[in-house]
Amino acid sequence: MKISRFFKTILMTDFIGGLLIAIKELFKSKKTINYPFEKGKISPRFRGEHALRRYPNGEERCIACKLCEAVCPAQAITIESAEREDGSRKTTRYDIDMMKCIYCGLCEESCPVDAIVQGPNFEFSTETREELYYTKEKLLDNGDRWENVLEANIKADNIHR
Amino acid sequence: MEYLSIVFQEVYKILFLLVPVLVSVAMIVWLDRRVWAFVQKRQGPNVVGPFGLLQSLADALKYIFKEIIIPSSSNKVIFILAPIVTMTLALIAWAVIPFSATQVLADINVGILYLFAVSSLGVYGIIMGGWASNSKYPFLGAIRSAAQMVSYEVSIGVIIINVLLCVGSLNLNDIVIAQQKMWFVIPLFPMFVIFFISALAETNRPPFDLPEAEAELVAGYQTEYSGMMYAMFWLGEYANILLMCAMGAILFLGGWMSPIDVYPFTLVPGAIWLILKILLLFILFALVKAIVPRYRYDQLMRLGWKVFLPLSLIWVVLTASYLFYFNLLPVN
Repeated sequence: MKISRFFKTILMTDFIGGLLIAIKELFKSKKTINYPFEKGKISPRFRGEHALRRYPNGEERCIACKLCEAVCPAQAITIESAEREDGSRKTTRYDIDMMKCIYCGLCEESCPVDAIVQGPNFEFSTETREELYYTKEKLLDNGDRWENVLEANIKADNIHR
Repeated sequence: MEYLSIVFQEVYKILFLLVPVLVSVAMIVWLDRRVWAFVQKRQGPNVVGPFGLLQSLADALKYIFKEIIIPSSSNKVIFILAPIVTMTLALIAWAVIPFSATQVLADINVGILYLFAVSSLGVYGIIMGGWASNSKYPFLGAIRSAAQMVSYEVSIGVIIINVLLCVGSLNLNDIVIAQQKMWFVIPLFPMFVIFFISALAETNRPPFDLPEAEAELVAGYQTEYSGMMYAMFWLGEYANILLMCAMGAILFLGGWMSPIDVYPFTLVPGAIWLILKILLLFILFALVKAIVPRYRYDQLMRLGWKVFLPLSLIWVVLTASYLFYFNLLPVN
């Protein structure tokens, strides 16, 4: 026992074994990606930047039920509503304070008409805090911009719900 | 006039040596980081220039534009002198490195002694930096590095004696030529291993990077340095590593000699063979950095004094008696 250990130390078998492993790993494919140029795959359930969706005819989905406002654990959502001329209830104000938001996804879960959703975008850092206070216009604009992806994601995730 | 032309000739020669050395130091930093990253399956620096080759230049540029902060309680003269000493000592040693039988800046007869002396002086830069900072962590780092470098210096000295016994000359070119039949790495293989490990300790590389162990000493002797002064420490360190690799290549791997003494190989210039050997040793340095954990300080001292020193001393006796018994001692 002691002699075998002595020879192990003298011949540096552990060290040489480690060196061989290192050389083997040297030629394997890399596990990291060149981030700004290459992006990793994200799940359809990813909870990124918020968006308010519209129906295909351009009508807002949101019916101002205020379930999202009620469920929001960070109380980041503020909604004010009013009756429109055609008698339907719509929001006059829909603000999300993105600095309060904890990206839990409960607003998306609670929404009965799939109006508020969290899209795949996670690169929305800003230079001022004010820019992170999202208004209804900004959220609707996000919805219009990401609609293709959002719809595909909802469809892909539907089988798991 | 004649005097001036001689001076210019010498300056030209020195520049011809120093500029490639400095460029290769920059490249070797890149290579080190790249090998380290590849072993860990990362990409490493790959953005600046092709394959990230210009990364070191970008870093150097950043350091140049940074503010140099001199602590008010420091000993200012020594504080400023320390990185200069480190860098200068790492560079002047290249004067005696032979790139072929004729391409050597100073073909002096005590070449190896000069090399050994300069690499021993390298510890002064670190001690000066650590002491002049007048701060706790740099001081501890400097003490550690002084003890460490002195310990391993001893075994490197004894290993050099081994080689000198086989050569019979202190001239680096003679050492290279003596390896024409067989590189010293074959008969003196255990000494080569010990030399390699001692070189790691001598240049403060992992697993012996205790002087700058960031978990304990912030950055060791470099803690108070910033800007270009920090960069000079950094350049000096890598120039020293390169020098140690060159020393290993000359002492054990046949320097500028081609590996096989046959026709097509002998056509390749000696400088290229030397550079290839230095690169091989450096890649080993980089691989070792990637795979080993840091030694504890008492383990480091035990290894230096209780293992390497006796082993290399015994090997001196063995080499000497072998050469004497078979009447192989070199006669000049």
